[in-house]
Amino acid sequence: MRRFLFAAAAPVGALAVTLVITSIALILFGSNPLEAYGDMLSHASKLETQVDILNRATPYYLSAVAAAIGFRMNLFNIGVEGQYLFALLIAAQVGSLVALPQVFHILLIMTVAMAVGAAYAGIAGVLKVTRGVNEVISTIMLNSIAISGLIALLQQRWQAEQENFTSTTLGTNPIDESGLMPNINGLLEIFTRDIGQGKELTGVLLVAVLVGVAYHLLLTRMRFGFDLRASGLNPFAARAGGVPPKQMIVAAMCLSGAVAGLIGMVELADTGKFSPNPIKGLGFGGIAVALLGRNHPGGMVLSALLFAFLDVSSGILQNTEAATKEIVNIMQGIVLLVAVVAYGVTKRIQTREEARATAEALRSSEPAEVLA
Amino acid sequence: MSAAIELTGITKRFPGVIANDNVNLTVEKGEIHAICGENGAGKSTLMKILYGMQPADEGTMKVNGEEVVFGSPTDAIDRGIGMVHQHFMLADQLTVLENIILGAEPTSAGGAIKFKEAEAHLAEVADDYGLTIDPDDMVESLEVGERQRVEIIKVLYRGAEILILDEPTAVLVPQEVEALFDNMRELKEGGATIIFIDHKLDEVLEISDSITVLRHGKTVASMPNDGVTAHDLAELMVGSELPTPDTTESTVTDHVALAISELTVADEDGRAVIENINLSIRKGEILGIAGVEGNGQGDLVDAIIGTTDILGGSISLLGDDITRLSVRKRREAGIGYVPEDRHHEGLMLDAPLWENAALGHQTQAPYGSRWLLNRKGARAQTTTIKEEFDVRTPNIDVSAHALSGGNQQKLIIGRELTSNPSLLIAAHPTRGIDVGAQAAVWEQIRAARADGLATLLISADLDELIGLSDTIVVMLRGKLVARLAPEDVTPRDLGAYMTGAAHQDDSEAA
Repeated sequence: MRRFLFAAAAPVGALAVTLVITSIALILFGSNPLEAYGDMLSHASKLETQVDILNRATPYYLSAVAAAIGFRMNLFNIGVEGQYLFALLIAAQVGSLVALPQVFHILLIMTVAMAVGAAYAGIAGVLKVTRGVNEVISTIMLNSIAISGLIALLQQRWQAEQENFTSTTLGTNPIDESGLMPNINGLLEIFTRDIGQGKELTGVLLVAVLVGVAYHLLLTRMRFGFDLRASGLNPFAARAGGVPPKQMIVAAMCLSGAVAGLIGMVELADTGKFSPNPIKGLGFGGIAVALLGRNHPGGMVLSALLFAFLDVSSGILQNTEAATKEIVNIMQGIVLLVAVVAYGVTKRIQTREEARATAEALRSSEPAEVLA
Repeated sequence: MSAAIELTGITKRFPGVIANDNVNLTVEKGEIHAICGENGAGKSTLMKILYGMQPADEGTMKVNGEEVVFGSPTDAIDRGIGMVHQHFMLADQLTVLENIILGAEPTSAGGAIKFKEAEAHLAEVADDYGLTIDPDDMVESLEVGERQRVEIIKVLYRGAEILILDEPTAVLVPQEVEALFDNMRELKEGGATIIFIDHKLDEVLEISDSITVLRHGKTVASMPNDGVTAHDLAELMVGSELPTPDTTESTVTDHVALAISELTVADEDGRAVIENINLSIRKGEILGIAGVEGNGQGDLVDAIIGTTDILGGSISLLGDDITRLSVRKRREAGIGYVPEDRHHEGLMLDAPLWENAALGHQTQAPYGSRWLLNRKGARAQTTTIKEEFDVRTPNIDVSAHALSGGNQQKLIIGRELTSNPSLLIAAHPTRGIDVGAQAAVWEQIRAARADGLATLLISADLDELIGLSDTIVVMLRGKLVARLAPEDVTPRDLGAYMTGAAHQDDSEAA
């Protein structure tokens, strides 16, 4: 309980501070903060908006898990962005080339996406262990290579043949219906009224839940997860304890990339192809979500929902003109900054508390000690 | 004339430890003053306080008779104190001159660096103190000893008259040490005061005018270097009030547990840090390795545990060649490891005790298997360790950092011994822990020995070494130079072999 309170105090406090700072900013811009927050909340109370939020939270969560796998052993995979876009392109292309029964078609596409993400992230891992290249640098460069190089090139080669195409219809050949993850509106509608406005709740949400559970089990129940955390907590002790540092780096990067490969599945289920302008920024957003959620499988659910809520709110603010829509980006930035500081502070307090409590418990419980 | 440095009653506490406990230190002007003590005796903390890197909790500092309070190293530099760190802080891609003026560049009004002026000033400083260096050399092309000279000149360039050298000889080979000592004598001629930290006793005796010995954070002696012997110093450093571990009946068997043959290990620069070592430990035997720190003991441990590449030779455990095995395979084959620095290689301080207990054994029952971690088994085993090894903790879920050093050490000893190893590597197993925990650790090691455990014991505590070991070998500059029976050896004899003052024939030592 105490541990939980400690864990919750920082993000709740960070949120409160964020609201104060954002309110000041809004007042300075000449907006009424209460009106803006009111619009955001009333918008979010609609079922259709909630579907939007879940549809956005899903890729954020996957992206956050991808980043968190690296963070757990002090590896900074900044390349989630490039990994998922590249994986999305290849998976979309492979998916469009085959016709299979639905289950196999979807599994094939997901497997390809994960494999491509893993392989692409693995490059950074291999460079680190063989050449000592810092993974931050290499993943940033691999992002550029993927986005401006490989994707731009392959996108042209693979673009669908159309008679009178305009730039909006460009993209890879569409995948057959059998390759598209069905929506799970039915699942949600068991609990709610029917979803309107043609909104579809992405089926990838279930994949994200599975990934979250798998991540939790990996960290707490699996020997590999123990090695991963040990490498992050103290790489020297881990090495002396038999954890092979080089293999761990490559494995962690590949695993991170494999999860990153799943991010694009949300968009693919929606559009059925690699569209000319895929949603960007999910990879970088995931890093923020992971930091805010402290790499914790449950914490990242909350932070993914928060970020998704803010993303989705920008639309309504634009409509009602209660505030400038950019305020949501400002809020995302501030909450992250404040939270990271708050985590640092609570960590220090917690460490001190624990040392004190341990010393006290020993003093009161020990009988006069007899030295051997 | 007032002393260059006068520290009175300096006390510095960290959570759970007192690093400096009422330390007094007086350094006269123009002398070379050595500060020695074991690792963890508080030398570095004291120097950090003197250089303004950390504030003291209590006590006063006087520099040239004036009382001072340093908020940062800048304040110390303003008072003419400079420090040369053990690890050099030089930019390889810059020249000697550029490195020296870095951060203290003489600039014109427009912001341009006045290199001519800097070079003239550098020449002046170098001349004053008789140090030679070519200001235009690239630092990357310099030898270790020359780099150190650059660091020293850098400090002098900033006007330091009192130099703190933190273990300056640790990174040098013997010839370079000689050159450093010549430079130190030149500096003294030039009027500088030098405080230097070292624990190689022969070096301390050779170069210093006065010596202060620290032990467990306290000043135990301060004296002129006049008729002092290495043995006196060793005794002061280690202390003799410790309960001596008794030598019990021999449990040595005929079965060889660890056999090392012709082992050679080189460091990154290709220098041999271990040369052609042959060694064997039998079941039930404790083999003690004596040696001044930094003579290859750490490299020997790394080679056995598998964390360093070896240049040649072979290692076998219970007759199986393990030379090419990974660290994990070696641990699984039955090597237990109590590392020299429990915070560095022993524990995950932010993780709960039961996870720390699993570290190193996570692939084996009861902690886990190839794929899974067995939380229940690990927790049960940790509870066993807590009880059998008397780890004082409220429960097994507290983080390792919350325990005292002695209890952390008992946890490590416990996790290694309960995994029933066939070889235990114990590096300084009782360093920095209280007397009660020390006695407990000795008792546990002796009990495991009676059960047939082979132990490689490395210790700077000569009494511990003599008391626990069945055989003692002495390491000097990466070689085994002597093989002794603990029954008929005194700390004084050991000291002589450790410093190279006494010799054994090669045939005897091997």
